[in-house]
Amino acid sequence: MTTLVEVKDLAKTFDVSPPWLNRVLERKPRQFVHAVDGLSFSIRKGRTLALVGESGCGKSTVARLLVGLYEPTRGQVFFDGQDTGVLKSSAANLRSLRRRMQMIFQDPYASLNPRWKVLDIVGEPLREHGLIGDVAVLRDKVGELLRSVGLATADMEKFPHQFSGGQRQRISIARALATQPEFLVCDEPTSALDVSVQAQVLNIMKDLQRQQGLTYLFISHNLAVVRHVSDEVGVMYLGRLVELADKAELFARPRHPYTRMLLDAIPDIHMSGSARTPVQGEVPNPLQPPSGCAFHPRCPHANARCAEERPAMRELSGVRVACHAVQEGRI
Amino acid sequence: MTTPLLEVKKLRVEFPTRRGTLLALDDISFDIAPGEILGVVGESGAGKSLTGAAIIGLLEPPGRIAAGEILLAGQRIDNLPYEQMRAIRGRRIGAIFQDPLTSLNPLYTIGRQLTETILTHLPVSADEARSRAIRLLQETGIPAAEQRLDQYPHQFSGGMRQRVVIALALAAEPQLIVADEPTTALDVSIQAQIIALLKRLCKQHGAAVMLVTHDMGVIAETCDRVAVMYAGRIGEIGPVHDVIHKPAHPYTVGLMGSIPAMDDTRERLLQIDGAMPRLNAIPSGCAFNPRCTKVMERCRNERPELLDAGPTRAACWLVGAGEVR
Repeated sequence: MTTLVEVKDLAKTFDVSPPWLNRVLERKPRQFVHAVDGLSFSIRKGRTLALVGESGCGKSTVARLLVGLYEPTRGQVFFDGQDTGVLKSSAANLRSLRRRMQMIFQDPYASLNPRWKVLDIVGEPLREHGLIGDVAVLRDKVGELLRSVGLATADMEKFPHQFSGGQRQRISIARALATQPEFLVCDEPTSALDVSVQAQVLNIMKDLQRQQGLTYLFISHNLAVVRHVSDEVGVMYLGRLVELADKAELFARPRHPYTRMLLDAIPDIHMSGSARTPVQGEVPNPLQPPSGCAFHPRCPHANARCAEERPAMRELSGVRVACHAVQEGRI
Repeated sequence: MTTPLLEVKKLRVEFPTRRGTLLALDDISFDIAPGEILGVVGESGAGKSLTGAAIIGLLEPPGRIAAGEILLAGQRIDNLPYEQMRAIRGRRIGAIFQDPLTSLNPLYTIGRQLTETILTHLPVSADEARSRAIRLLQETGIPAAEQRLDQYPHQFSGGMRQRVVIALALAAEPQLIVADEPTTALDVSIQAQIIALLKRLCKQHGAAVMLVTHDMGVIAETCDRVAVMYAGRIGEIGPVHDVIHKPAHPYTVGLMGSIPAMDDTRERLLQIDGAMPRLNAIPSGCAFNPRCTKVMERCRNERPELLDAGPTRAACWLVGAGEVR
């Protein structure tokens, strides 16, 4: 299978310095957050890569970097073999790139314009990219898109407030699919939904992937959902990937201590009564990340080397993991 | 059998509006024994939080209790005057809410908020209240409690704030704790810590807990019994294990099937088509009938009561007809 998306050493730094006057008067230094720091992965055509991690680990920043909502500070994103950083220099290339990748956002209440009819919301990308000019054809196409996500053709005359959360998220999906993209970036698409509605949306996403050969980057903090939808899983901690593996492998044999901790921490409906051993500590402040391996203050296997030297991603029997303890064979 | 600590009998909560009265809770009955943890689950708008609010006497006007009774240790509390209810709230019923930031006052130190609560409800001196506050913070696992006491809520992280809120709820040693989505705003690794903490402290203090959440995983791990709510009614209630593994109500079956679990290999999740009805359009008969795959003629006209369905009790005519189990 061919690789559709490849990311090499991607990084994004945000300047969160105090205002200039404060820096001068109070002698405060400039401050930077390394939201994403040296990420490398690739996604093959028709497959789903899921990124998981807790809030503040940089998952959403990766999503925004991939679709071009943020400029990377360092590194490259290749789409279908072409460097998107180079493509962006030409407006025409950028447009065609935008057509081929789309994004689904977390909150279906905030991502749809409340003053627009569904027809305009779903039809906008088609019109914007000059794919369909004729109104009658546009209506047909929008109707078809709405039906493909389980809504009715007549729904195009309604406004977003007339729909429930799950239906709104389907409208977002229909809009994202309008330009027949190959790659969809889904940033927590079901986190704002109730479980029964989440099941509807996840089923639709899987059906569409099968029918249209879509490639997904699926971002979520819910490991059970990730296990359900993904082929490969990347685990992020403080802006870095700590483990990247095939889904079955990752859930059967998690290597990195953070992955193990996450898997232990999820309350599961089939484990009623079983006691979990909650890991102590919290995610550190990204402004002052710990030295060495960022996870070492919470890690039960940390030693002196972990506190000093940042572990590199190494491949071990098909799994990429960044951990000294695993690489040294200590765990 | 011991007398239940909390009894809710045929509780009905209404919201009078200009366009007619909305029935938000309809015929809710359950009880909680001392030291028991009862989970209340359901999707948004099912009325879980409202049940909690009715019990602690904090219904937002124009919402009001239209019928039914709430008894705490045999004493009616739903019709008490405001001042008397205020004395019970905090003293005998503690509350924990979803967002730890909005349940703490940002302008007061943690210590002041804790000692204020203790002094309001317990006959102790100021010094004693302070040492009690320190002990509470230590119990909830906050390191360097003595120094932290003089800090403000913004100096605490989300998980730490929720610990403070739990300490506040436990400050006057209440008999009952109403916890409304206590872990929803937290990350999974912190969530596990908070759940374990809540469980341990309630056991130590012998408090009964009503845990409101939409997360079945949290329920499975924490509760003794669970009530599943749908459109302002209880659809099924029973021991946690039985509700999860042998649900009788078709809604519970659908709800359990729609949750992706860590050990399942299904290609597709079970889905319940449609969405929960709005309060102004609750169908006649069983509220779940338009979405139910096993709907019968009777379901459209007659509302089912909670009926014995083996280990659980379910409000479904299939149970009455003996078709389930």
